[in-house]
Amino acid sequence: MAAAQELQVQKKRELETREETTIPVRQFLPATDIYETESELMVILEMPGVEKNNVSINVEDSVLSVEGRLDVSKYQGLQPLYTEYNIGNYSRSFRLSSKIDQNKIAAEMKDGVLSLQMPKVEEAKPRTIQVK
Amino acid sequence: MITEFADPFDALFNLQKALEGRLASDWLHDQTTSQGPFPPINVFQQGDDILAIIELPGVEKDSLQIQAKENTVRIAGRKVVAFPQDVSVHRRERRAGEFDRTLSLPVQLDPDRIKAEYRDGILALHLPRSERDKPRSIKIS
Repeated sequence: MAAAQELQVQKKRELETREETTIPVRQFLPATDIYETESELMVILEMPGVEKNNVSINVEDSVLSVEGRLDVSKYQGLQPLYTEYNIGNYSRSFRLSSKIDQNKIAAEMKDGVLSLQMPKVEEAKPRTIQVK
Repeated sequence: MITEFADPFDALFNLQKALEGRLASDWLHDQTTSQGPFPPINVFQQGDDILAIIELPGVEKDSLQIQAKENTVRIAGRKVVAFPQDVSVHRRERRAGEFDRTLSLPVQLDPDRIKAEYRDGILALHLPRSERDKPRSIKIS
């Protein structure tokens, strides 16, 4: 097996905010891929352990905020023996550079990965201008 | 007067503290193939049995391979992160590739009773301790 191809563990980055949360729960930054096509912006966030009902997505003043809350009840009564990662909620926000049609945002959650499909508004789409 | 109430977050904080504390523990020391390779594993005790919780976001259930023998569990698979063609990529933080990790436990397992559950990017392995391995009380005749 090629050792160079070995998948490395991505250390969870903790969220640093100016404000503190009222509950002292840990907040992590989900690893994110973002790519853009001519008509839409795709944002893909990794939030392992978050159920689709516990995700909130919000676009306000061209800032996209995504939050994922972990269901802690499943971890109740467990005695840790050996650990390599910590758990907590996920939270991340991005300032969007192009105008997004907020009514048409589509979100899909699969295997702990949230995919956001955000179509651009008509004015933001590139268009070719004909020279007369 | 403030009356006592059950703080729903207490459980979480205690667990988070315990998780942090265990990072320094030498339980399983040198027993996993190495501490670092993907995927990260948390091991919990559940009565006599062991529960391993593994974070595998974006890994498809069908591409996961789990094998167990005596006191080891092997977790192998492939994580794929695909971008469509003709897109401009702004951020690329998710990692992809193949992984293969073996976890050795200090107790013998019962491979036939191992249960694996995969949901929301989390793999939970219920690893029952083998009956042979459990301590027995001996009567003095």
